[in-house]
Amino acid sequence: MKARSTFATAIVLSLLAAAVPAKAQVPLTEGIQIGLSTDNVSITAGFSGADLTIFGSLENPDPLVARQGRYDVIVVLEGPPKPVVVRRKDRVLGVWVNLDSETFENVPVSYSVATTRPLQDITEPNSYKQLSLGASNLYMQPADAGDSPATIEEFTAALRERKSATGLYSENVGGVQFLSQNLFRATVRLAPNVPVGTHKARAFLFKSGLFIKESSAQLEIRKSGFEQSIFRVAHNYSFLYGVFAISLAMLTGWLGRLIFRRD
Amino acid sequence: MGIYLPIAEISVNIFVLLAMGAAVGFLSGMFGVGGGFLITPLLIFYNIPPAIAVATGANQVIASSVSGVLSHMKRGTLDLKLGGVLLAGGIVGSTGGIYVFAFLRRLGQLDLFISLLYVVLLGTVGGLMLVESVNALRATRSGAAPVLKKSGQHNWIHRLPLKMRFRASKLFVSVIPVLGLGAGIGFLSSIMGVGGGFIMVPALIYLLKVPTNVVIGTSLFQIIFTSAYTTLVHATTNQTVDVVLAFLLMAGGVAGAQYGAKAGQRLRGEQLRALLALLVLAVAIRLAIDLFVTPPNLYSLSAAGLN
Repeated sequence: MKARSTFATAIVLSLLAAAVPAKAQVPLTEGIQIGLSTDNVSITAGFSGADLTIFGSLENPDPLVARQGRYDVIVVLEGPPKPVVVRRKDRVLGVWVNLDSETFENVPVSYSVATTRPLQDITEPNSYKQLSLGASNLYMQPADAGDSPATIEEFTAALRERKSATGLYSENVGGVQFLSQNLFRATVRLAPNVPVGTHKARAFLFKSGLFIKESSAQLEIRKSGFEQSIFRVAHNYSFLYGVFAISLAMLTGWLGRLIFRRD
Repeated sequence: MGIYLPIAEISVNIFVLLAMGAAVGFLSGMFGVGGGFLITPLLIFYNIPPAIAVATGANQVIASSVSGVLSHMKRGTLDLKLGGVLLAGGIVGSTGGIYVFAFLRRLGQLDLFISLLYVVLLGTVGGLMLVESVNALRATRSGAAPVLKKSGQHNWIHRLPLKMRFRASKLFVSVIPVLGLGAGIGFLSSIMGVGGGFIMVPALIYLLKVPTNVVIGTSLFQIIFTSAYTTLVHATTNQTVDVVLAFLLMAGGVAGAQYGAKAGQRLRGEQLRALLALLVLAVAIRLAIDLFVTPPNLYSLSAAGLN
């Protein structure tokens, strides 16, 4: 049950390039495309995290700009959005108790970033904010907007910190590499506890610090085989699952007595 | 070797779990308890989410109880009627416990409540047992015959109405305390993931004056059904039973239990009780420390809208 460490994905180049509307021929506008060879990744029993490789290409790159390395690419793999409760522990009579909490709507369960260079070197903080790009710029929508901004900010920061600490939000500086003038490869980290569901891969192209274009693709992450069946049965047929769990326990107890009997 | 737990949704080491099951099984066989009160805290220490540790612990308890009941059945040390009445109470208590469990989980106070219950109950039971067994050890050392309570002695419990006769236990007692005890154990079973043997056994002996030889068998018998019910309800309402995790623990547990039972025969009763008391207290202290020590992370995340 060894984890597959790399999910290679293939290149989607020429076909997609043709699909881009050619509105202005001169000068040619740059574009970006990414492609995934598979639209689903399966987590097996031994899954302990993996690197997902995404290939992509620049369209109509300016050779001069490319040679000077002024094209930057940021690739993001974003997990399905889910509501999250952040709780803070405080001391009550010496005991640590969850007291305050803040609920956020639609927080991506995971958020892995790969970049050509450190984020602060690519463009201005403001453009990241506008694009809602990067874990620290993601907008987290509080469920109760009536709370004080300071509280919301505190819990937002805590949410990001917990997500990074568990590896769900990660940043791979230098994870995007140009293989040729217009071909690049991005390596994003899938945490061992990567959530299942529809993930969205997005690629952002910057030229000399200016945002040019974005492209996206979808990726389904699911549990495979045995584990997935168990998970599905536990949720869809929970009564039968419970009966099965009980029978298994009784059978194990009985067999254990037969096999290991010592009296 | 790593294995991915489908419900807990984390990767764990298969050998750690087998060893954990075997160690707890050994101790449970040695002391005649289900071992749920050790398994659930151990799983929590091993970073299994408490909600899953509790539900899976209840599932695992079934296996060790079945294994134990089979040997008691053979020896005839089992009071089916008493077990049945305890069970009736147990079902009611367990149902109530599940609702409280789901409610606390929504509030975000489940982990705290589980830890507090463990600290209080294990601390009390462990402390009482330690005092009792140390006194017994001292008494035997000084050569004095141990003072046994006369079976004719009656307390307030024996004055309650609705009396019922339990032949195998040579008992004529009101059903109210029996049902109440069953309900209390059922409640704990669903919230703490324990069978409740560590409370049931002393309660049957000291409160209801059930003869010691039928206590363990009867308690295990009713624990099978209470934990089975708890498992089923957790599976249907919270989806927190992880069969892969439970199976690994059981496999280690049933093997360890039979060896433990053999080892237990070589120790004297009061020595066994003193050791068990120390073990129970150690778990309680470890959990208590976690309550008071500043946690490494003050913030925690959980899915919203979970019930």
